[in-house]
Amino acid sequence: MNAPEAGSTAAQIQARAAAFCRLTVKKSNLPGMGAVFSAAVKREWRLQVRRKGDLINPLVFFALVVVLFPLGISPTAEILAPVAPGVLWVAALLAVLMSLDGLFRPDLQDGSLEQLLVSGYPVAPLVLAKLGVHWLLSSLPLVLLSPFLGVMLYLPWQGHGVLMLSLLLGSLALTLVGSIGAALTTGVGKSGVLITLLVLPFYMPVLIFGTGAMQAAIGGHPAGAHLALLAALTLLALALAPWAIAAALRIAVSGE
Amino acid sequence: MWNWLKTLYHRLGSPKWFYQITGSWLPWFAGATLLFMSVGLVWGLAYAPMDYQQGNSFRIIYIHVPAAFLAQSVYMMMAVAGVVLLVWKMKMADVVAQALAPVGAAMTFIALVTGAIWGVPTWGTWWMWDARLTSMLILFFLYLGVIALREALKPQEVAARACALLAIVGVINIPIIKYSVDWWYTLHQPATFKLTEKPAMPASMWLPLLMMVLGFYALLGWSVLLRARAEILRREFKAGWVREILQRK
Amino acid sequence: MYFDSLSDFFNMGGHALYVWTSFGISLLLMAANILLPWWNLKRTRAQLQRQLRREAALNTSATTAE
Repeated sequence: MNAPEAGSTAAQIQARAAAFCRLTVKKSNLPGMGAVFSAAVKREWRLQVRRKGDLINPLVFFALVVVLFPLGISPTAEILAPVAPGVLWVAALLAVLMSLDGLFRPDLQDGSLEQLLVSGYPVAPLVLAKLGVHWLLSSLPLVLLSPFLGVMLYLPWQGHGVLMLSLLLGSLALTLVGSIGAALTTGVGKSGVLITLLVLPFYMPVLIFGTGAMQAAIGGHPAGAHLALLAALTLLALALAPWAIAAALRIAVSGE
Repeated sequence: MWNWLKTLYHRLGSPKWFYQITGSWLPWFAGATLLFMSVGLVWGLAYAPMDYQQGNSFRIIYIHVPAAFLAQSVYMMMAVAGVVLLVWKMKMADVVAQALAPVGAAMTFIALVTGAIWGVPTWGTWWMWDARLTSMLILFFLYLGVIALREALKPQEVAARACALLAIVGVINIPIIKYSVDWWYTLHQPATFKLTEKPAMPASMWLPLLMMVLGFYALLGWSVLLRARAEILRREFKAGWVREILQRK
Repeated sequence: MYFDSLSDFFNMGGHALYVWTSFGISLLLMAANILLPWWNLKRTRAQLQRQLRREAALNTSATTAE
């Protein structure tokens, strides 16, 4: 043990160092970022399509919350039509938030999250792959469902296009920002109320610009300015949220 | 000066030094709080002239404004402490951040309640969706979020880093929230009389306000040090110096 | 003094209710922010001292048992 292994001469140390270097050079033969990204997308797609309940439940939740309002306020068009933008947006916002709760928890439990973090690849793009698939599978159906619920709330016709457009843009921002809360609460057993408390304050600007766009459209004004601000918020979230999510996931894994 | 600050910063990073030095700071903070607050209160309540538009209800400014001021700056301080924790891994930053959160929440609550009460003689209602009050309400929820996250997460190092990250995310969001709420307010409400926006206040009005702001800051320091010292004792209980201090008394 | 008399001061020009409730609630909350941490600090110290004594007692009983 104490005795140095046979031949630790300078030449042999050099040879060993060279071998080590070759090993590290070999590392660059690992699949590139593009391949890893597409593999992550495929994996997420397969996993999330398999969990059908998690995809359908937020849609049912969205529809149910919308149904509560005519029952709670009044079924008449005069009262429902003016509040329709707000009701639709609040219900959609809560549905997106509900769909995000526990987004990373299965990955934490089966260890794939740790694998991702130690893989040496940049985490933010891989997080983005997951969120992109999640958005496609859960927010896009929500956007497609929204005009039907709009009809049920007597939303004026000129509001429907902006409803879908604003939800399309807004749900991206909601998914990105909400995932920060989902990542922070990954280590918490039941986080339903906690994630709501953490994330809803950050959702308020998105709600303001989203409903603002719809109210402008219904009032016969151009909604472009509101939608542009909503797009700016979404871009800002796209630029910053993946880094925050990656940092939050590192913290969550360190607690395991 | 810079080097002195750097040394102070590095020393405050050590729990032992922090605990010992803040022990001698406590009476100064306590004295400053009582001095500035009593001067500010008496001056503001009894000697400052009243506002010709709002009458004597204007005197609520002497707590509403310092509280709102502190509510925002305490959140900034929490985020700065969060950066110090995440970047330089200084554990004392988290002790301070943990002590800051309840004081910040209390200040936000004071600003909200006094704003609401002030609303009665000024607007005629107990609550108005005024841009400033609405932002303050959202800030209150942000504080509650940080406090709730710390409660929910274990172990303590994980909770510390998660809360630091949340505070940083919050600080990036606060200007966006403020801007969007201002924008929403002007969209939905005609410009009404704003509580605190005054054209050039005379010195007899703003000097007591300055006293109150200083008093509030001293109170913040006092409260944070008291909380931080208890937390240090709890966290560093295994350390020899804590045992020495405990045995001495 | 800005007011003519003490009763004038307490009356606050008819706004007594608003001014005094605002100041009362605020001062109460600020006092709580000092007193509660103070008591907590004292309690923590006492609790840790008790724990220390318990540990010391356990150690001595362990050594005498040997």
